[in-house]
Amino acid sequence: MAFRWTNDLTRADVTPERLFLNRRQILGGLAAGGIAGGLGLRAEAQEALEPNTWEEITSYNNYYEFGTGKDDPARYADSLVTSPWSVTIDGLVDRPGDYGFAQIMEAMTVEERIYRFRCVEAWSMVVPWNGFELADLLEMAGVQTGARYVAFQTANRPDQMPGLARPVLDWPYVEGLRLDEALHPLTLMATGIYDRPIPNQNGAPLRLVVPWKYGFKSIKSIVRITLTEDEPPTSWNKANAREYGFYSNVNPEVDHPRWSQATERRIGGGLFARRQPTLMFNGYDEVAGLYEGMDLTENF
Amino acid sequence: MTALIDRFNGAARRVPTWPLYILCAIPGFWFFYLGLTGGLGVEPIKALEHKLGELALQFLIAGLAVTPLRRHLGVNLLKFRRMLGLVAFFYVLTHLLVWLLLDVQIVSQIWADILKRPYITVGMAGFVLLLPLALTSNNWSVRKLGPKWRQLHKLAYVAVLLGAIHFVMLVKGFQIEPYLYLAAILTLLALRIRPARRKVAI
Ligand code: HEM
Repeated sequence: MAFRWTNDLTRADVTPERLFLNRRQILGGLAAGGIAGGLGLRAEAQEALEPNTWEEITSYNNYYEFGTGKDDPARYADSLVTSPWSVTIDGLVDRPGDYGFAQIMEAMTVEERIYRFRCVEAWSMVVPWNGFELADLLEMAGVQTGARYVAFQTANRPDQMPGLARPVLDWPYVEGLRLDEALHPLTLMATGIYDRPIPNQNGAPLRLVVPWKYGFKSIKSIVRITLTEDEPPTSWNKANAREYGFYSNVNPEVDHPRWSQATERRIGGGLFARRQPTLMFNGYDEVAGLYEGMDLTENF
Repeated sequence: MTALIDRFNGAARRVPTWPLYILCAIPGFWFFYLGLTGGLGVEPIKALEHKLGELALQFLIAGLAVTPLRRHLGVNLLKFRRMLGLVAFFYVLTHLLVWLLLDVQIVSQIWADILKRPYITVGMAGFVLLLPLALTSNNWSVRKLGPKWRQLHKLAYVAVLLGAIHFVMLVKGFQIEPYLYLAAILTLLALRIRPARRKVAI
């Protein structure tokens, strides 16, 4: 189902102020008619957070398939051919097969989700994604009862991805979620940013966005989704299990062995940007129930 | 070849060192300026920290190359060695200052990081070892310390190694670059080992 979650960062944070005022007037008018009262209120209660600019979101990326420098993806990702594209959905599903990107988009309802994005490297952004819930895509394939995890895989095309020539990680990049995490309404398959098609360096044509986990969980340019019974391997965990756990929930109390996770730096503040406190689950407390009874220091 | 080297040495002898201090420090100021004006991208703090760290390592390695160059190729850059070392220290210091003042910012966390994060501990050890070397890189100290000065300045070898190990430890995943620096350093250190001389009768 689309629209199971409503932005706490609202459209108001994305729209230039002048436009926003107009929008508010429109909303206000609607509210008077009792239609969009809730929306109007939420716009009032918006956080004073501004989404990062298009330039910031698309020029500072970790996408090691195109190089380890933050500007490498923006420089080299053009070479990735994203059309045609299909996603193989297999494993414990009723309708396994190759799902074409157009076919998926036809079936999905794209909505906007303005999420905080927290990298494990202690920087963060706010991104206005466009996308659909992963749950809807999984429903398309029909999840079988035995499935407990979802495994994801990024495209593995050495001719289009120069970074694959270096053994920085064990390619292809793979990630995974527990099924309940995957089905949570916050879990998004993003296909756009700022209402534009998602650029290659951000994971075109479709990528995962799990806003309460460190950014590397949000795997890019997905070509395969496999429903499994057992916990699937994940790339950073394979590379360094001591530093990167399967869950990798944003948690200010559990430090990365090499740096503190208590604070983060919002991108865009320039050379004298201050740090700000990192929030548990990146501020998405609604997921806390997924981990009830789990020791999050053990299961980091 | 020898004629070329002689000419090079002759030319080098005529180059005054003081302008080189300024020249070699310019990249640091330039990157700071770029960071202020958006030229280092949208996250200038990390970018500047990285640029200064690389420059520090590069100048340390340049300083380390002086003796092997003279011994094995006859290229004499001895008069520039102090300059190279001090410029390297300038970059280590500014690298550290960027970390303290712009990156971490939080005093309690700075101390915790130095103790808790091995790559920071190693970098810090490198800095601490370089400190007395920088302070004694002047004619007065050379005279005052006599033979002890040479002993003291052998710490540079350890400091450079610590710098490179710091780099190896901090990258994510497997990356080749820090190992190239480490290999360069090990090669330069190996080139200083003199072939064992015949034992002199006592
Ligand atoms: C001998 C002294 C040192 C040398 C040669 C050195 C060199 C370097 C180099 C080459 C880098 C990596 C640059 C890159 O990735 O492009 C680096 C990164 C770094 N260094 Fe140093 N460093 C030294 C001392 C220190 C000290 C004393 C500190 C702090 C106490 C420090 C903190 C850092 C930090 C925080 C990073 C960045 C890590 C990251 O990517 O998050 N370094 N250093």
